[in-house]
Amino acid sequence: MSVVVRIPTPLRKLTGNQGEVREEGKTVREILDGLESHYPGIRERLTDESGELRRFINIYLNEEDIRFAEGLDTTVKAGDEVSIIPAIAGGSR
Amino acid sequence: MGLPGAGLLMRDGEEILLPQEIFRKIVDHCRSLRPEEACGLVAADGSGRAVEVLPVANSLHSPVRYQMETREQFDAMKRIRREGWSLFAIFHSHPLSEPAPSPTDIRQAFYPEAYMIIVGLEKEPPVVRGFVVEDGRARELPLRTVSDTIS
Repeated sequence: MSVVVRIPTPLRKLTGNQGEVREEGKTVREILDGLESHYPGIRERLTDESGELRRFINIYLNEEDIRFAEGLDTTVKAGDEVSIIPAIAGGSR
Repeated sequence: MGLPGAGLLMRDGEEILLPQEIFRKIVDHCRSLRPEEACGLVAADGSGRAVEVLPVANSLHSPVRYQMETREQFDAMKRIRREGWSLFAIFHSHPLSEPAPSPTDIRQAFYPEAYMIIVGLEKEPPVVRGFVVEDGRARELPLRTVSDTIS
């Protein structure tokens, strides 16, 4: 199951400046495994010590936030697009 | 989401150029949501000129913190990509304080390719300042409005 993964700018130094890569897997978690095997160090930017998605990282499968699906266990199929999107946040305090 | 950074192209001049209409839209949006912090994206066209303001809801509805509503942020970034634009700037307001990046702003600046524009609403008229965040530090750049007419 080959899917396109969109990489946000801050993580592109780990992917050789590629904004899109292809990965194989049946679930988003397997896609992240594939990313880590090809681009070591990327997983810790996306998930915490318990393996869950970091608070400021959103992952969309096509048009849907995986938090509102099965999370990292959301299944993917060939041709899907996985977008990694760091949240935009801040504030005066 | 794979947005090239127009900001990088424009840093040679060491100033941020905002067409008056874009400037006005940013300020009007921030004023309309006061006392909450407002936020949004600014897109640039292929030449690096800021061409559109895309307001995004602050899911925290706070006067001192913001986080872009996830779905709206995704949709805004998708629109930028589909239009062939690039992410020019990320703006937000400080309704109660000076328009200077806070430690929170810098810590959570995940899009270094985009200018950080902060609208200070403490005084009238609002004070608008622009920054780049590099290596965990914010550096102010001159921010100037330019005519809306493309020359």
